[in-house]
Amino acid sequence: MTKKGILFISLLTCMIALPMAMNAQCKQFAKNTCKASLDPYQHDGNYHAALLIEGEEAELYKTFYSDREYRIGVCGANNLEAVEFKIVDTRNGKVLYDNSLNDYDWKWDFNLESSQQLKIMVKVPVPETNVDEPQEGCVAIMFGSRDD
Amino acid sequence: MNRKPLLFGRIFLLLFLMLGMILTGCNLGKKSEGEGSWDFEASGTLDTETQEQLNTAKRIFYALPSPLETAMLIKNAGAAYNEELMNPVSNSSKYITSKSKALNLGIYSTDLSYASLFDQSQATLDYVGAAKEMADGLNILDAINEETVTQLEEQINNRDAIIDIISETLMNSSSFLKENDLEGTASVVLVGGWIEGLYIATNLVNEHDLEDNKLVERIVDQKLSLDIMINLLESSPEDADAQAVLEDVKALKTIFDKITIDQGEVTAVEDPETNVTTLKSESSIKITNRVFTELKTKVIEIRNSYIS
Repeated sequence: MTKKGILFISLLTCMIALPMAMNAQCKQFAKNTCKASLDPYQHDGNYHAALLIEGEEAELYKTFYSDREYRIGVCGANNLEAVEFKIVDTRNGKVLYDNSLNDYDWKWDFNLESSQQLKIMVKVPVPETNVDEPQEGCVAIMFGSRDD
Repeated sequence: MNRKPLLFGRIFLLLFLMLGMILTGCNLGKKSEGEGSWDFEASGTLDTETQEQLNTAKRIFYALPSPLETAMLIKNAGAAYNEELMNPVSNSSKYITSKSKALNLGIYSTDLSYASLFDQSQATLDYVGAAKEMADGLNILDAINEETVTQLEEQINNRDAIIDIISETLMNSSSFLKENDLEGTASVVLVGGWIEGLYIATNLVNEHDLEDNKLVERIVDQKLSLDIMINLLESSPEDADAQAVLEDVKALKTIFDKITIDQGEVTAVEDPETNVTTLKSESSIKITNRVFTELKTKVIEIRNSYIS
């Protein structure tokens, strides 16, 4: 095989392997860090995680049921600034919780008097420094619940 | 001097170093020192132009109740255990297409969760076998492996441990499908599990006892997830299985639209001692016997088409 051929295969391997490795790490991060921290709430088995870039936003829609206690965890990789999240009533956009008013706490524990569809709005903040080289990292949104 | 071995050596050394940088740079497996401090770091930077483009597009996730959550809701509503309502494991050999395997992975996962929450040891083991067969058929690597089955057998009398194992297998399946761009299949699995939950719940309700019935409330609450489910399935337009299932969900929506849920404004009140917030609101539901029967009939029709 020629030098060029070997270099081409090497680059191709890297291009394929890198995203796969990043995704696999995202799953490990969600499992080892975020899911583990839901305790004593029981994780529901759903997986919502993605590689986000500083400044990027995400939204998640989910129905939460009365007579259950929930923990929402929004976990960001440690190369990112503390991830911001808000919980919003999907019917009227009313903000029910904003973690920026609670020292950017990664979790929120709550229960409901009646079942509701809620929206979780997530933002990876852009740090004031190093804006020319935005970082990318895993962000996981996970849920745990238990009987009320 | 032959330089080829040297060249190969350098390239493999380069690849090895890159792999090492990916893995060690991410600090995998290290324990977090406290809540909110994360031990993972992904390397990689993007230029400002890419950043600006990405800022205009939001990632949107639609979360459906997982098979485990569905089973928890049924049990929490005071429902009974009825094995006759579950899809017999003997049916597992019938499922040949990817659609039937995905639907029945969801269905068997709900049955598995339902059995385990009611401490049904033998059924739990039987249904994990059926779910494994479906996952293997979809080439979902290691979602449910022999180790999982052994762990279940060892912990069969420890309900919390069993639930943890089931949660782990569901997460493995879901993450595998999403990471391999099989979002449509992941959605079909969830719809299968959700339909099974609706089938079990509607069949456990006495149709003449709809008032102040917790299980009926849980069934009606599913109306709140219908638009999430439709959006989720519509986000995989290229997936024929997801689009076929979407038609079933839309047919159910026309019936759910006949049910009324009146909800007042939600107010968040935090308990300063426990830091737990209560979302206070008033809500009332209205469902007639006729609509309930229509819903139950449709659910039976769809579910039976999935398991046949």
